[in-house]
Amino acid sequence: MTATTATQLTLLQRLRKFWHRHKWSYFFIAPSMILFLVFIAYPVAQAFLLAFQKVDLRGSAWTGLTNFKDLFASDLFWLSMRHTFVYALFVVLAWITSSLVVASLIMPLSNRVQSVFRGAFYLPNVTSIVVIALVWIWIFEPDFGFFNYLLTVVGLPKVLWLQNPDIALWSIVLSTVLIVPGSGVVLYSAAMGSIPREYYEAAEVEGANSFQKLVAITFPLLKPTTLYLTVIYTIAGFQIFERVYIMTGGGPINATMTIVQLIYQTAFSDFNYGKASAEALILFAIIAAFSFVQFKFLSTDVEY
Amino acid sequence: MTSIAKPTFLPSRRLTLERFWRLLPRTLVLLLLAVVAIISLFPLYWLFNTALTPASSTVKLPPDLIPVHLTLGNFMEVIQKSGMGKLRLLSPEQFIPMPRLYLWFINTAFIAIFSTAVHVLFDSMAGYAFAKKKFPGSNLLFWMILAALMIPGQVTLVPLYLMITRLKWVNTFVGVIMPGLADVIGIFLLKQFIQTLPGELEDAARVDGASEWGIYTGIILPLSAPALAVTAIFAFQRYWNTFLWPLIVLQSPDLFTLQVGLSYVHTSEFGTDYGLLMAGAALAAIPMIIFFFAFQKYFMQGLRIGAIKG
Repeated sequence: MTATTATQLTLLQRLRKFWHRHKWSYFFIAPSMILFLVFIAYPVAQAFLLAFQKVDLRGSAWTGLTNFKDLFASDLFWLSMRHTFVYALFVVLAWITSSLVVASLIMPLSNRVQSVFRGAFYLPNVTSIVVIALVWIWIFEPDFGFFNYLLTVVGLPKVLWLQNPDIALWSIVLSTVLIVPGSGVVLYSAAMGSIPREYYEAAEVEGANSFQKLVAITFPLLKPTTLYLTVIYTIAGFQIFERVYIMTGGGPINATMTIVQLIYQTAFSDFNYGKASAEALILFAIIAAFSFVQFKFLSTDVEY
Repeated sequence: MTSIAKPTFLPSRRLTLERFWRLLPRTLVLLLLAVVAIISLFPLYWLFNTALTPASSTVKLPPDLIPVHLTLGNFMEVIQKSGMGKLRLLSPEQFIPMPRLYLWFINTAFIAIFSTAVHVLFDSMAGYAFAKKKFPGSNLLFWMILAALMIPGQVTLVPLYLMITRLKWVNTFVGVIMPGLADVIGIFLLKQFIQTLPGELEDAARVDGASEWGIYTGIILPLSAPALAVTAIFAFQRYWNTFLWPLIVLQSPDLFTLQVGLSYVHTSEFGTDYGLLMAGAALAAIPMIIFFFAFQKYFMQGLRIGAIKG
């Protein structure tokens, strides 16, 4: 009897039952999902459309692949790509290395000393990049800046850190790589802490020294952490903006132009919204490709 | 017995030498770490050192390596030189005049606190539904959220700007806050956490006739307190420090956030007065530094929770 009534439910009844069962679920997700659809999903979809149009203050018109063709033919675009790749490459290498070395060094220390160092390395990450970039402008200042003061102390000539087009990009790289990333130190030391003691004890029985233990046990077991950090640092490197915007504005003579700075200028100085969207999509494609390749090459099924 | 206890005196000298050789690598390691930490912390140190020394010390060589003539003069001056602005209350005619730097501080705090509160509420609601409830579309929506995590913010920059232009939200806090609220990382983080909570408490409450909202506020929220704290702390840090979006949306100096205001001061006529600039930057940095020391534990936890997804 119950079976027949269940099959004979009208559409309205079924809808009512559905609503009664799931209304709270939809109520709970509604605020986030509305924000997500309106301010992420819809703009992403629109970015794909804008990239194939000529959009400026006057209006819009379909232009097919013109934006992309223009970009691939533009020297400035390739220059900004090169700068962004150089920046990302050096930052990822330096940050992975330095956080791994620091985490290895603090590992044998007592818990209290470890947490002091972790705090010290994390502290510079909590302030905004705008603040940090302003301090670096002051450190790089030609006449009274700290770096040129150091150079004069050791008897070297002053350097125009941010004004010399041959040096400016390297100064921005330097300002980034000199700081050990706190996130890397914290994550590497957490991962090292979770490696079972027995692995090391077994290696000691076989007569391995500290360095051998590091290379043969620690580093391979850190691979998942290395993968994660490589991906997030690569993404962060490709998205460099505030440092460039504040320190050089992409200059001198485009010597520090990066992709996001270019997107900003294309959209908000040239008001060429379609082209800016095309640039943003290229950045998206590069980031997606890099994340994919890094997962392919670095991922591992080591479990412990 | 005494004959065994006696000779311990002699070998102890050898022991100190051994101890020295044993402790040497450790000491070197500590020294190396200290040097690396000092380099990493140097920009922050230099920020406060310059901010706290008299303005004249930024145009002399050698520079003061420590703030010998401690002064708050730079702070007073940058506050005064940021110009007078109006803190608008309910209507345009109703306002309190005050230096712009104070306004920027208030604006930033308002935007950051409001956005953080909304995030904690909305993200925990969605996290709860995705973690504990099966409903049509839940998998699809969750996969869309995961996919959105991969998309760099620059992709939506231009479409969002065109959207707020059409909505007449340019140069308003609504324009800064609303698109800024769309960030899915908190949903993900809280879903992962709420999934680990045992279901028995909810079931018991449901048997006792508790409403769904009652279960959420009475059971899920209290049990998720650590994850809520992590979500709140990272959201607050993000909103306090965010730059590009408010830079694009805000045009009147009275509405600027601290980060936008700093870049504005930097490009103004006294933007090369580094004493002033560092004092302004210090004012923007101090709340985050205090915040970090107060909630250090949660910062470290949050990093690890964030990394698990990777």
